[in-house]
Amino acid sequence: MAVGAEAVFGDSIVTTKLDSAINWARESSMWPYVFGTACCAIEFMSVASSKYDISRFGAEVVRFSPRQADLMVVAGTISYKQAPILKRIYDQMTEPKWVISMGACACSGGFYDNYTTMQGIDSIIPVDVYVAGCPPRPEALLDALLEIQKQQKAEESITKDRIKKDFKGTLDV
Amino acid sequence: MCNHFEEKFKGLYKKDENDIYVIDQTFVKAMISCLKEKDGFHFLADITAVDYSKFNRPTPNRFAVIYILRDKEFKNVITLKTFIDDDDEDDLHVESICDIFFSANWAEREVWDQYGIKFINHPNLKRVLNHKEFEGHPLRKDYPITKGQLCTKTDDLMDEMIPLLEKKGYKSHSDLMFLNLGPAHPASHGTIRTFVALDGETIVSAVSEIGYLHRGFEKSCENHTYNQIIPYTDRLNYCSAILNNIAFSHTVEGMLNVTIPERAQFIRVIIGELSRIIDHLVCLAANLVDMGALTNYWYLYNPRENVYNLLSKLTGARLTNSYMRIGGVAHDFYDGFEEDLQGCIKAIEKGMGDTLKLIEHNRIFHDRTQNIGVVSAQDAINKGFTGPNLRASGVAYDLRKTNPYYFYDALEFDIAVGSVGDVYDRLMVRFEEIRQSISIINQSMKMLPKGDIIVNDRAIALPTKQNVYNNIEGLMNQFKLTMDGVQVPCGEYYSAIEAGNGELGFFIVSDGNGTPYKVKVRPPCFPAMSALPSMLEGGMIADSVLSLGSLNIIAGELDR
Repeated sequence: MAVGAEAVFGDSIVTTKLDSAINWARESSMWPYVFGTACCAIEFMSVASSKYDISRFGAEVVRFSPRQADLMVVAGTISYKQAPILKRIYDQMTEPKWVISMGACACSGGFYDNYTTMQGIDSIIPVDVYVAGCPPRPEALLDALLEIQKQQKAEESITKDRIKKDFKGTLDV
Repeated sequence: MCNHFEEKFKGLYKKDENDIYVIDQTFVKAMISCLKEKDGFHFLADITAVDYSKFNRPTPNRFAVIYILRDKEFKNVITLKTFIDDDDEDDLHVESICDIFFSANWAEREVWDQYGIKFINHPNLKRVLNHKEFEGHPLRKDYPITKGQLCTKTDDLMDEMIPLLEKKGYKSHSDLMFLNLGPAHPASHGTIRTFVALDGETIVSAVSEIGYLHRGFEKSCENHTYNQIIPYTDRLNYCSAILNNIAFSHTVEGMLNVTIPERAQFIRVIIGELSRIIDHLVCLAANLVDMGALTNYWYLYNPRENVYNLLSKLTGARLTNSYMRIGGVAHDFYDGFEEDLQGCIKAIEKGMGDTLKLIEHNRIFHDRTQNIGVVSAQDAINKGFTGPNLRASGVAYDLRKTNPYYFYDALEFDIAVGSVGDVYDRLMVRFEEIRQSISIINQSMKMLPKGDIIVNDRAIALPTKQNVYNNIEGLMNQFKLTMDGVQVPCGEYYSAIEAGNGELGFFIVSDGNGTPYKVKVRPPCFPAMSALPSMLEGGMIADSVLSLGSLNIIAGELDR
């Protein structure tokens, strides 16, 4: 039997927590910024095209302006030369924002253990979900997206500041 | 093949055991000029250098610069080598050949960047792959492979832009608007930066910066055995990984002087052509999206998924297949391969047909692509274009015809050529090449012989698992080959195949070990990219995206 507002107004009203309502809206409409640099970006193209179809999870509005995006997908190798650009674009995204590190290179440098490749982007920007693979299968990226949604549902609150103040990357002054 | 050169410079060159002309550094420019003007070597394939400081036989000097040229028919290759006088280690230099070949410009910058050899009279000798704050020259043998250097800020490129504008008569820049196209731009593939000066919407001058995806391929090669390098080659042009595998294995097999079994050759032709098709598909799909024709993206991209399914079944990977081995291929075709292949071809033909129906007689498509980004035949050769980009300008150069490898001379196919050299031609040549590749695949499937798929030589190919687990000899072969690698005889060798984007060559120096002493890739994208700024100048900003896209620059092989 319904209690509270539902008892008075019937099923024309739903009461819930504000956090739940916002998180529900948020998780179903992530707007990705694909920081695609290499082979992983080609696999992202598969994720976006009709067979894997990322729009089933509400994340098909791929934005190339960091101001309009809240999910950064770093798909590909990040070299030292690329690093300041990655950081700048991350900084330009407005809070709240999430980061998926897609593929071995972005996670750890992969098999490019050499003078030019960053050994993992998490030394520059904070990462929420890591996806293994070289490149990962499209399903793996979709799984990462679901993982982000799960984190949002479980942890996010409008009263909580998401800015990671304690994070200090090598390029932060 | 180079009579004038040999006559004019008699006694001033020496032919070494690798058929490389060793020349004196003071004559470099005169000799190359003579080769171009008199002997018709009108195409500069590549310039690179070798650091012999750790080489196991004596050389006159520490560094040598290598020039690779092709003749008028593109058939013959001549390789020149000059040792660089190193009395003063901080002043290694050789004369620039920029004014003979346009494509020498970036190639010489790369040698300066990686080896620290200066080119006298080079108009703009600055780093091209490594960042501005980088110190040292990473391909020198004394530079530690893992020594990374942080980059804190990007180059503003005004040092290149201002002289360009001055040359065009702009004394003040206040009327112009400066704009960065990339590296973070949807049409720049994430890694290519073009900095333009705009007058209204017209590009007055442009400067390109690359190196954002420089991953140290060549340095990594010097630290891995030949078979271990194959996964690295996958990631050069990752849209057609298998063609890179083939190019590398083909070069090493040339050094070993082995001929791979006929069945393996046909498998390479079939899978190689399939890779060429999917490479062209992604180029065409991306180009059409860039001009707003989104529907075609689904039509052209989805057949790639069919091919991915086939490749997954055959090689165990969708994109980065590592399907080749030195001496052959990794796996034979599976049962039912032919049906899957026919399924792929049907999907490709359908996707292509649907797309062509939408664009072939489409006024918008024609207006957006015709007479945009025009490159004349002569310019294209001078700029080092190869592959579909060169053929679009009307030059019928295709390594499958000029230097047929495997069974390409027994197969019937046409070279698609354009007439204008604009964006339209570059796209349409690719559509036609897909048709030709399908025909090659169908012919090869009919001719596919039975037999081995890898050479039967325990110094090159791994033994069967049966042998490894059941007898000591097999076990030892496996161990030796895995630990030491294929022992490639001492030598210096250049060989190329026709990859998706054109001439993909490898120049390899071996000191007789299982690890190459030096590997240099000749990526077809690199010279094409260096020509982009000159293609953009005078055009509209909206067309720059199409000009870039139609060259099909793949950052993996561009920056290596």
